Amino acid sequence: MEAVTSPLDLLRARGIGFGSAIVVYVLLTAAALTLLVGCLASARFASLTVQGVAVGAAYGGLALALVLIYRATHVINYAQGELAMLTTYVAYQLVQWGLSYWEAFFATLAIAFLLGTALQVAIIRPVQHRSVIATVIVTVGLFILIDGIVNWIWGADIKVLQSPFGTASWDVGGVEIQHLYVGMLGVVFASVVVVWALFRFTKVGLGMRAAALRPAAASLVGVRVEWMLALGWGFAAVLGAVAGLMYEPSQLLLTPTLMQQALVFAFAAAVLGGLDSPGGAVVGGLAIGVFVELLGGYLPQVISLNVPFAFAVLLAILLVKPSGLFGRREVSRV
Amino acid sequence: MRSHVPALGSIVAVAGVLVALPFLLSSYNVSLAAQVGIYFVAVLGLNILTGYSGQISIGHGAFMAIGGYTTAIMSRDHHTNLVVTMLMAFAICFVLGLIVGLPALRFSGAYLALVTFALAVSVPELPLQWSTFLGGTGGVQSTTTVSDRWIYGAAWTASAILFLLAWLILRGRAGRAFRAVRDSEIAATASGIELSVYKTLAFGISAAYAGVAGALFVMATNGFAQPTEFSVILSLQLLIGAAVAGLGSLWGILAGAAFVGLLPKVSTSVPLTGTDHGRDVVFGLMVVLVMLVLPEGFAGLLARLKALVRA
Repeated sequence: MEAVTSPLDLLRARGIGFGSAIVVYVLLTAAALTLLVGCLASARFASLTVQGVAVGAAYGGLALALVLIYRATHVINYAQGELAMLTTYVAYQLVQWGLSYWEAFFATLAIAFLLGTALQVAIIRPVQHRSVIATVIVTVGLFILIDGIVNWIWGADIKVLQSPFGTASWDVGGVEIQHLYVGMLGVVFASVVVVWALFRFTKVGLGMRAAALRPAAASLVGVRVEWMLALGWGFAAVLGAVAGLMYEPSQLLLTPTLMQQALVFAFAAAVLGGLDSPGGAVVGGLAIGVFVELLGGYLPQVISLNVPFAFAVLLAILLVKPSGLFGRREVSRV
Repeated sequence: MRSHVPALGSIVAVAGVLVALPFLLSSYNVSLAAQVGIYFVAVLGLNILTGYSGQISIGHGAFMAIGGYTTAIMSRDHHTNLVVTMLMAFAICFVLGLIVGLPALRFSGAYLALVTFALAVSVPELPLQWSTFLGGTGGVQSTTTVSDRWIYGAAWTASAILFLLAWLILRGRAGRAFRAVRDSEIAATASGIELSVYKTLAFGISAAYAGVAGALFVMATNGFAQPTEFSVILSLQLLIGAAVAGLGSLWGILAGAAFVGLLPKVSTSVPLTGTDHGRDVVFGLMVVLVMLVLPEGFAGLLARLKALVRA
């Protein structure tokens, strides 16, 4: 392995060419500038953008959960959205039992962690080394199972989990910004930063990264690889729970289908950013959130083509960059 | 030299049972058996794509939708014979499958899963936008409706023909090329296999199979094509069926089709939890359990049993 010195070398080592990386960053900067100019020019544009960023943060959180599991297990966890929906119902139940919102919030994160870890140990670990497709199907089965369980326990009718941020809003230069959106953004970003710091600065985080990238080598130097993968599922479930809890008030109500559309967009966000890139997942989530809100706001006549349109744009980007904006190209040995 | 006797014998036995069934079962059970036949066609098609050419698809419900709408619209506008509409569904979906297969050449694995997933999510939205031609949320009603026995006959005749076709394709040059592409694209190219030709061909064939299944699917719902019938869940069910059947083998498909065709219907009557929820709980649990016990599906189980008998 040659020494990696400059940021440029780092990019090259990740399989991203210099020209291509520059193009991605220039395009992202241009998009951000366009949004900024639009926000300054029109109050409606600004409020749609703020809403898009907040909802996009929730997509980004869920996308990051998908990426964490993809890096460790090389499968998409199709049950990730339903897990997030289930934990949101758990929080609802805790509030019903008399806990305050934030007590229920942190209790739910703990439950989500245990649930994610337990699922990996009980039903993913036995299949993940035997067959990729079997692992994928297990997560699909889990999707259907969780859906059935939630409908069974709580029923399909609408529940309401009060937003912790109220319904008030600030007036910033003529633009109405709801406390909710700022709160969503803040909470999702705080949890993303906590998870990032955990992976970057702690010994357990180092172990998890090692177990995901080089399982055999990691186990040789004493990392308990299987347990690290289980912890990874735990943290992914926590991120999903945060995304679900923050997404719920923006939808105003809690139903068993809460996270299905969100999972579609989170999947798209993770692929847009590059499935092995955590930062890319967050950027992808924000981009898709803003794009979808602006599309719905300015072209209401194509509202039913919302999802197809978002996917058409995504496909166009993927045709140019098949492994996403920040993804590593897969290189295989023959 | 491999003996074809056991394979032929089991095919004849299964065919005999299938011919006898409509005379033995009640009308409702015949319609259930017809459902299994419909899933048989779709799962067979998906297995050609995912099992033999190694390309995953979570979007075959979309091709079923296109096939189903082809039947309903041709029947509504031109009173076309339903068998002719099935052939049209086959042809239209074959061409569309080739077209979808082209961009899919750039992707593999989880990325291809997303592209096909996008298809599954998008296609059921189209009738809402072009509602005059495609009927909107209300759906399209075909003018001809047929009995459960008719659908049973049509579904299993189509299954037999398409099974034979699949067997012929897969044992010849195309089948060898598919498997080579699945096992190693680079090695296949080095051996002179044109990747783009065979990968899109696999997409076209499997989409055509899904189209026929979709046409039958619409006939089985009283000739009524509706967007909600072709949700993402349908695409997921097909993938579950293919995995339970066992990828890369034709011998487990009956089990996979019965699994997704019958289990949700049968488990509605499980006393544990009531109706729909009980169905989802039982079905989800069974999917997880079957994959834990048989990661290679029923075909894997058969192969293991065969090895046991030989040894």
